[in-house]
Amino acid sequence: MRQSQNKAVVIGGSAGAFEVLLNLLSKLPKTYHLPIICVMHMHPSDDGELASFLNEQSSLMVKQAEEKEHICPGFVYIAPADYHLLVEHNKTFSLSIDEKVNYSRPSIDVLFESAAFAYMKNLTGIILSGSNHDGANGISKIKQYDGCTIAQSPLSAKYKIMPQAAIDTGDIDFIFSIPEIMDMLLKGINHGLQTENFNC
Amino acid sequence: MLLEAVHLRYGHDFRNYAKASVYRRVMEFCTKNGYKHISQLISPVIHKKSFFEALLLELSITVTEMFRDPAFFVSLRKNIIPYLESFPSLKVWHAGCATGQEAYSLAILLEEENFAKKSTIYATDFNDVALDIAKQGIYQINQVKAYIENYNAAGGKYSLSEYYHAKYNSIVLKQSLKQKITFANHNLATDSIFSEVHLILCRNVLIYFDKNLQARVLNLFYDSLINKGFLCLGSQESLLFSNVEDKFEIIDSKYKIYQKRMP
Repeated sequence: MRQSQNKAVVIGGSAGAFEVLLNLLSKLPKTYHLPIICVMHMHPSDDGELASFLNEQSSLMVKQAEEKEHICPGFVYIAPADYHLLVEHNKTFSLSIDEKVNYSRPSIDVLFESAAFAYMKNLTGIILSGSNHDGANGISKIKQYDGCTIAQSPLSAKYKIMPQAAIDTGDIDFIFSIPEIMDMLLKGINHGLQTENFNC
Repeated sequence: MLLEAVHLRYGHDFRNYAKASVYRRVMEFCTKNGYKHISQLISPVIHKKSFFEALLLELSITVTEMFRDPAFFVSLRKNIIPYLESFPSLKVWHAGCATGQEAYSLAILLEEENFAKKSTIYATDFNDVALDIAKQGIYQINQVKAYIENYNAAGGKYSLSEYYHAKYNSIVLKQSLKQKITFANHNLATDSIFSEVHLILCRNVLIYFDKNLQARVLNLFYDSLINKGFLCLGSQESLLFSNVEDKFEIIDSKYKIYQKRMP
């Protein structure tokens, strides 16, 4: 447990990603030991309905991320609508209403880049279906700090632009179908797994 | 180290800001100016005032909009306005007004609720460039569609277009609104109380501060409010775990409206 407090998973998705996230979160066991932090593009008027719906469907605790909140294993955090979500070095959250990035607030890049800096190599970033380029820079930043990077395979994605943009950076370690992402999550994202064979 | 240098040289104190956002902005400033590392900024920032001022701008401007979170304004109309009507005059402090859109939103709301003659709004920020934009009350026309939608959803009684005229690619807000607002420089991180007020709006400013600075500012607000005065924070901010939590009553837990208790 102690060791896992310094590890985390970040997930970013947009159009077509909700079903995938729902699928993943409904299957992860209650004992899941890594914090999962998500940015999903959503309408600014979402009042936390997304988080509470996912919470009902998952055995993990799914909640909206709150500013200054400590990031804890076993929790899934969803960025609130119309705020950027950032991770601080002391593993707490910050929010901002800075300008949109890639036409998005919350932006996946903003979360991924700040989380990469906070977790360094102990971060795994996953890009799901979506139809803009948000998240691609964040993936590169995670890679720059030796974290692990995964894109949903464009073939399995309802909208392939977002995972494809992430893949096109050349910084994606694994291109995975949804069951493969699930396997990887369950294994606890063992970072040592990456080999030439897996690299894409 | 950059923030230490800025504080020592210019007195502007960003050391108690939430680090991740500051870092992001400084990195953007770095890239824009052709630098790779933050440490490279220290020398030009210390030696060139104009360079420092550009950095200050990057660090402090928050882009805001008119009637952001329309439902908050609905709650303000419903829960606070009736109470304020009993006062002979009304002083409002809008803290951290940035480029002023929200201060004007408030001025419009007060006009529609018949407070125009008896209300004064003090809108403060520590960034003079932002304050100049605010004083002019001129905004990009491409924002207007969103402002109109917000205004309508916020319970606007007329049409937003009654409050501005369009000029080239901009909208210019009505002179009578500008006259309701006194824009002034005030730094929440270092300055103290300047007036006793009935209502304070400070939305989405505290999220940029660390806990120590948040506590400082909340105490400053407590001291600035009359008994039974109101404090409005951003929807993701709260008094939870602060040392003034017990000193306020929750009026609207969702839109973070609080009322100061009698001591």
